[in-house]
Formats: sequence, C-alpha cells, structure tokens
Amino acid sequence: MNIVVLLKQVPDTETKIRIGAGGKSIDTSDIKWIISPYDEYAVEAALRLQDSAGAKVTILSMGPERVVESIRTALAMGADHGVLVDDPASEGSDGLGKAKVLAAALGSMDFDLIFCGHRAVDDDENQVGIMVAELMSLPHLGLAVSIEVADGKVTIQRPIEGAKVTLEGTLPALVTFGGAHAIWNPRYASLPGIMKAKKKPLETKTLADLGLSAADVGAQGAKVKVTSMELPAERQAGRKLEGDTGEKAKELVRLLHEEAKVI
Amino acid sequence: MAQGVCVITEFREGAFRRVSFEIASEGRRLADELGEPLLALALGESIDALAADLGNYGVEKVYVVDDPNLKNYRAETYVPVAAEVLNNLDPKVILTPASVDGKDFSARLAARLGAGLATDCTELKVEGGSLKAKRPMYAGKAFAWYEWADGAWPQMASCRPNVMDCLAPDTSKKAEVEGAGVEVVAGTQTQVVNIEKDAGGKLDLTEAEVIVSGGRGMKGPENFAMLEELAKLLGAAVGASRSAVDSGWRPHSDQVGQTGKVVTPNLYIACGISGAIQHLAGMSSSKYIVAVNKDPEAPIFSKADYGVVEDLFQFMPALIEEVKTLKSTC
Ligand SMILES: Cc1cc2nc3c(=O)[nH]c(=O)nc-3n(C[C@H](O)[C@H](O)[C@H](O)COP(=O)(O)OP(=O)(O)OC[C@H]3O[C@@H](n4cnc5c(N)ncnc54)[C@H](O)[C@@H]3O)c2cc1C
Ligand SMILES: Nc1ncnc2c1ncn2[C@@H]1O[C@H](COP(=O)(O)O)[C@@H](O)[C@H]1O
Repeated sequence: MNIVVLLKQVPDTETKIRIGAGGKSIDTSDIKWIISPYDEYAVEAALRLQDSAGAKVTILSMGPERVVESIRTALAMGADHGVLVDDPASEGSDGLGKAKVLAAALGSMDFDLIFCGHRAVDDDENQVGIMVAELMSLPHLGLAVSIEVADGKVTIQRPIEGAKVTLEGTLPALVTFGGAHAIWNPRYASLPGIMKAKKKPLETKTLADLGLSAADVGAQGAKVKVTSMELPAERQAGRKLEGDTGEKAKELVRLLHEEAKVI
Repeated sequence: MAQGVCVITEFREGAFRRVSFEIASEGRRLADELGEPLLALALGESIDALAADLGNYGVEKVYVVDDPNLKNYRAETYVPVAAEVLNNLDPKVILTPASVDGKDFSARLAARLGAGLATDCTELKVEGGSLKAKRPMYAGKAFAWYEWADGAWPQMASCRPNVMDCLAPDTSKKAEVEGAGVEVVAGTQTQVVNIEKDAGGKLDLTEAEVIVSGGRGMKGPENFAMLEELAKLLGAAVGASRSAVDSGWRPHSDQVGQTGKVVTPNLYIACGISGAIQHLAGMSSSKYIVAVNKDPEAPIFSKADYGVVEDLFQFMPALIEEVKTLKSTC
C-alpha cells in the first residue's frame, strides 16, 4: 500500500498574527514554522498503516525551501520519502491553483491513498485537498476521525452536525483528517529517527518538471485573491463582577438578561 | 453572459437546514445590489413540495432536483448534477453553505466549474458590480478580503452558518419552482454505511447560540454534569478546551479552538479555561464572553465582557439557581 500525505507548513499556532507591509499577507518575520496540525494527524494516520500493514509513506508539499525542515520532521517521524514542489512562480496560487500543482505532482506517483488535513490552520481554506480529489476524479472521505483499510476499500467515520457518518470508499481515494489531538496524537520524531531522516530521499521539483506553467497557477492563474487583511477589533476586557458568590451570580444573570439580552 | 445570483440549499431529513435561509437572505441583498435575479438550486429527496417556501426569503425561482439518490449527501452524486445545472444557468455569483457537507460540496463544485472559491465567509458585499468576501484566517486571529479576477465568473462563496442575518420569512411570497431536468446518476465511489445520531439530537457547537465550555479547571468528566445542566436551561451546547478533550473528559467534537471548532455564538461561557491563544482564536468572535476562573490573572479575562473570579465549584451551582429563578419568572 502506498500513501501520499499532502503536508503544508504553517505558522506555529502560538503565533500572534500581525499584518505585513503591503497589507495583503501576514508579517512572517520571527515566525516559527510547523506542520499544520491536521496534516500532522494525516502523517500519524499514515504511519499507523505503515506499522500495521507495511504502507509506504511519501510526503508531498508545495512551498519555499523552508518547508524542507517540515518534510524532514515527517521523515523523522517515520515517513519514507519526500517531494517538495518549490517554484517562485507558484506563489500567489489560489486554492484551485495549489490543487492543480499537487494533482500534477501526484500524477506521476504511485498511490492507493492520499491523506491530508481537512484544513490548513493558516488560511483555513478547507478546499485544497478536496479539489485535488475532484481534479483526479477520486472519492473524497472527509474529516476522518477513524480509518480502516481492507479489501480495496477505505472506511472512515466523520462527524457532521448532530451525527456521525460511517463512509466507505473504493481505492484509490483521498482522505482528509479532522478530529482532535486526543485521537491522532502524532508521534514525536525519535533521535534515531532524526538521524535516519537525513539520509532519506527528498526530491525537489519545479512547475516545469510537472508540465505546468506560471500562467496555469500562481498569482497569474488565480481566480480569487486576497486584496487586504485586517485584524479583528481588539476585545476590551469588560468588567469583573463584585460581591460574594451569590451576588455575583445574581448580577451576572441580570447583565446577561437585561444588558446583553442573550439569555 | 453570466447572470443572476444562485444559492444552493442544504436539505436534510425532509427539511431545509437553517443555513439555507441565511444564504437566501444574504443572496437577496446581493442580488438587489447587483440588479440581478435571485435563483436557488435545491437538491434532495422529497424536496419538491417545500421548494416554493424559499420565496419566503426572497428567492424568485428555484431549480429542483428531487431524487431518492440525493437522500444523503455524497459528493459524486451531488456535484455532477449541480455542475450541470449551473453550467446551464451561468450565474454571476454562487453562494453555498459552509456547513460540514457544504464545505466538501463547495470545494468539489468549484474545482469542477473552474471557479474561484472563498470558503467560510462571514461578510459579503458588492463593489463595482463584483463580489467582495470577508473571511477569517488563522481561526479568526485575522480577516482577509477576497476579490475575484476580472471575468472570473462565477464568483463562488461559501457562507459560515449562524453569522449572516436571516430575513423574517414572508409567507405570502412563494418562489417559482421548476424541475432542473437533469439526470441523477448515483455515484459508486463511496457508500454511506451508517448514520448514528448524537444522543438527544445534540446541538452542534458551530450552530449554537449559547455555548457553555469547560476546561482543565473542571477537574474531571463527572463535573461537566453542571455545565450540561446550565446548557439545558439556556438551550446551549457544551464545549471544551483541548486540555479537557485530551484528558478524555469530553468527545473531540466538543473542542473549541484553532484545531477544533471555531465558534461565534451570542454567548460563550468559559468555565475553568485559562485562555490560551489557540483557544481564544476559536471563540473570540463570540458576541458576549463570560469567564469563570479562580485565577484573576488568567488571560481569558482580557477577552471577557463579564469576568467572575471565583471557584467554579462554588459559583456554577449559584449561577444555575439564578438562571432557574429567571426562567421561572419569565
Ligand atoms: C498545535 C496546538 C493546537 C492547539 N489547539 C487548541 C484548541 O484548538 N483548543 C484549545 O482549547 N487548546 C488548544 N491548544 C492547547 C492550548 O495551548 C492550551 O494548552 C489549552 O487551551 C489549555 O486548556 P485549559 O484552559 O482548559 O487548561 P489550563 O491552561 O490548565 O487552565 C485551566 C484553568 O482553570 C482554572 N481553574 C482551575 N481550577 C479552578 C476552579 N476550581 N475554579 C475556577 N477556575 C479554576 C485555572 O486557574 C486555569 O486558568 C493547542 C495547543 C497546540 C500546541
Ligand atoms: N502548499 C501545500 N502543500 C501541500 N499540501 C497542501 C498545501 N496547501 C494545502 N495543502 C493540503 O490541503 C489541506 C487543506 O488546505 P487548505 O485548503 O489550505 O485549508 C492541507 O491540510 C494540506 O493537506
């Protein structure tokens, strides 16, 4: 079984977001970069299938050279092989552009399953993986909180509003991962893992290698783009209630009912 | 020439989900500003008889695909049908729900139509005959405005549930209903094997108007009974911090934050939650925030409209009593 995990590098979730010069993107100075947490769940899910069924795990990412570090981290966790599409002409791609690049790279790879996060926690677009599935005519099983692979089929559970759906799909398929840290609890890279990762194959590709040109993807090909960014109005600390426990409870209910009118 | 605003509804178990009415209402406003008609595409099983009601929210004409194969959402059945109808209609703007299934549907449909998609939008406007969409990034730590490239029709936006204002339904208005005249082919790539409803038809966090959330300060799973009781009195959903979920006290679907649900209720009550940046990202857009924490320095207080520095085991029972009193008098 071959699994390709789509991995995006994003700012650490601890990051306090500031808007960069130009106002269309964030200030990336002083940012610590991490594997997007849901993609890390996808890596963990793939490695569990490596452990249980001998799956071979490839990491595929698109982004600048700094992404190598995140791919190495996934290799150190246990993935076998890495591919980075690094081309300045792909910058400014919209979701569909990114999906085209990843689909083109996947076109020359062997896979039974593609795993990815349901959303990257930077732009939260929630579309790239799903679009890859559509472009490649693959079934998409979304928001997996469990996964089983057997007899040419993949079965997941996915929570939707007020219910949990069990969904089964034929291979090859694309699975996006949801759930929480508590379920996927990604393994740490061990010291021997880190040593081994240095020798694992990591290829770099350009758009030309994939048969794409700057006009197809990147800022030129983008159908939709960010034109400005803003920070939410800073929430002001409100009032702290005074009095004994009973008085505070009474006052809180009064405020919520009469002032805020939310209960 | 692209024309009209088209909203795509979400239908489950014999009824339109509320978000359908929200996007119809939003679509009405945009259609007026654009000087375009408001259309809807309604896919589902036994949906025909209810489709005209979309007129209550300003829809002029509904294209209906009513088919048993559309009972449960499955991308490979839904998306080709929707794409065929939309290719014929050629609308300028398409609005979809950014519900769980809606997000899946929207991304696949956009890829099939070759459309630019802004996901999970919280505000839409028209400028120079074109859509502009505002959406949160970094779980709400920032917002971005999106625009579409010149001539890149349709402009597609999925809308976050519970954010856009819903018009008061005008039951005197009915929409014209027309069969979309497309064939539904049941996909074979996926099968819904089972649907298990959450106990008691639990209210989903992303669609709840009030959320009572507990963190590590709750000390153990049994103490969430207190929050459940308060939630029941308030018609609220119960949420949790990642610590509470990681400890196994609450199901993962209850987690609020950057790697959990991003929520925007009218009222968020954080109980024994310190207010880590990842948690704040997921709930800071709530209209009102109440924090109950025994540590006056807890960062959650910097975001709270009403702060209560108390031991929650003393305070929550007192609060529940006060809410009961309120509910019995009004
Ligand atoms: C990649 C990543 C993603 C993350 N994503 C999320 C996320 O999506 N959501 C999330 O919530 N966290 C997330 N976190 C975790 C986050 O950093 C915090 O660890 C977590 O939010 C803390 O949860 P807490 O506030 O319940 O616990 P704590 O920080 O331990 O706070 C407990 C609070 O309870 C108070 N307390 C204790 N006893 C009482 C009492 N008797 N009465 C009143 N108050 C009391 C304490 O004063 C304290 O403030 C993420 C972390 C990482 C690294
Ligand atoms: N540049 C990228 N490289 C590799 N995978 C990506 C990239 N962008 C997005 N993805 C994948 O698509 C998922 C959804 O991303 P998004 O649509 O940006 O929220 C991510 O969790 C990744 O698995």
